[in-house]
Amino acid sequence: MNMRKLKEFIIEKLILLSGLASIFFVILIFLFLMKEGLALFNTIKVSAFLLGKSWYPISEPPLLGILPLILGSLLVTAGATVISIPIGVGAAIYIAEIAPGALKEILKGGIELLAAIPSVVLGFVGMVTLVPLVKNVFHLPTGLTALSGSIMLAFMAMPTIVSIAEDALYSIPKNYKEGALALGATHWQAIHRVMLPAASSGILAAIMLGIGRVIGETMAVMMITGNAAVIPQSILVPVRTLTATVAAEMGEAVVGSEHYFALFAIGIVLFIISFIINVTADLFLHKRQ
Amino acid sequence: MVKLEIKNANAWFGHAHVLKNATLDVEEHEILSVIGPSNSGKTTFLRMLNRLNDLNPNYKMEGTVNLDGGNINRIGVELLRKKIGMVFALPLPLPLSIFENVAYGVRMHGTRDKNKIENVVEEALKQGYLWDEVKDRLGESAFKLSGGQQQRLCIARTLAVEPDVILFDEPCSGLDPISTAKVEDAMVKLKEKYTIVLVTNNVKQAARVGDRTAFFLSGELIEIDSTDKMFTVPKDKRTDGYIRGKFG
Repeated sequence: MNMRKLKEFIIEKLILLSGLASIFFVILIFLFLMKEGLALFNTIKVSAFLLGKSWYPISEPPLLGILPLILGSLLVTAGATVISIPIGVGAAIYIAEIAPGALKEILKGGIELLAAIPSVVLGFVGMVTLVPLVKNVFHLPTGLTALSGSIMLAFMAMPTIVSIAEDALYSIPKNYKEGALALGATHWQAIHRVMLPAASSGILAAIMLGIGRVIGETMAVMMITGNAAVIPQSILVPVRTLTATVAAEMGEAVVGSEHYFALFAIGIVLFIISFIINVTADLFLHKRQ
Repeated sequence: MVKLEIKNANAWFGHAHVLKNATLDVEEHEILSVIGPSNSGKTTFLRMLNRLNDLNPNYKMEGTVNLDGGNINRIGVELLRKKIGMVFALPLPLPLSIFENVAYGVRMHGTRDKNKIENVVEEALKQGYLWDEVKDRLGESAFKLSGGQQQRLCIARTLAVEPDVILFDEPCSGLDPISTAKVEDAMVKLKEKYTIVLVTNNVKQAARVGDRTAFFLSGELIEIDSTDKMFTVPKDKRTDGYIRGKFG
């Protein structure tokens, strides 16, 4: 009997430890990020960092304003969101409601496959197909633009949006739809007036998580947005995102330099942005339940 | 006058033959109760009338169903479902306000005039015996209503699109006795204006409200007669057994 209790106790504690581990690591990462990132603000002001218009980390003295990077990230993300929401939600509606059995499975498999493509491969494909296309269509000096990044990232956000939105639509009680149809609604009227509102919180959560995926994406954007750290005047110019900056410059920044601390501070900014997005998505998801 | 004419109706879900050669009429302004144990095909029969079975890709049907003499497959399915309304087993309001739940169908069928919609909603809620209980809180979510109120809201929602026939699919299975009585009262009043087909698991309910009763068993229509006759001198032994509660 005691043996059994002991076993129970050990297993319980082991599970508890695994549970705590994830939180523990998040806290460690956060603390490390804070320690390295906040050191920057001993030498420059927070406002100069966030709102400074020039990013010249290796000039003397270094100019470390990340406004162009923030705007670059926002622009690419906004573009990707605008593209991926209608297509993603449309695909979710099609898969959940309209597609016949076999096609539905094929589409779901396809979407999962899309999620499995490494971002560097997507970036590579984008570079040789999308970039020349954008260049020719808009008669630009270069196709490495925010728009190219947006289109590419829209593809990456799509699997998240489609699968979660589809799930939300699928989990609405079947009777909602039947109730609407029994009143003489057409299929689209039932989807549009009853099912979409009923699934709205799940769909919003899907969109938020899709955006979260986009804003944190690094590899593909670094390859096809042109990496020019200037404040973008339109979506058809090269931009540089927060993530791409860290990835590209971390290797060459001197440890302990202002540049090094600034890259960590960018990490804090990204951390805060994704934290806000995830919490928002969570709020929507919980509202649904 | 015959409202619905069902001739040699057969229905299958995949290979399961769930409705076997049913032939019967539904008279105008009557309540026809349909009774029978589970899997007797009574719900399939009901959902055949407004073609809701068609949503299932495995469903197949043979035979004819006529509404006012016209085949239901030749009326557009939306128009058919407007004419033949349905109230489900579980009261399931749409995720909208009380007012919008009733106004939903009206708007959907093309009415835009705000005053007219308000009038229709009020009238429908009165006919569903719900108006007095909700008139001061029409803007609240329909989920705040009690189960019985929700079911009457669903009735009002169906009435608002001005159907000819109303199908009730075990409308009181989830309700307490008092709510059940209210819904039954509503049904009896409604037959003055509408034709009602009531599928019920509750034999006593069929006896209380039905003008005529049809008994289904394993997909077959065993017997259809006036409720009084069926509950006193049933022609078939199986009907007698079911009514007396020997099986079910």
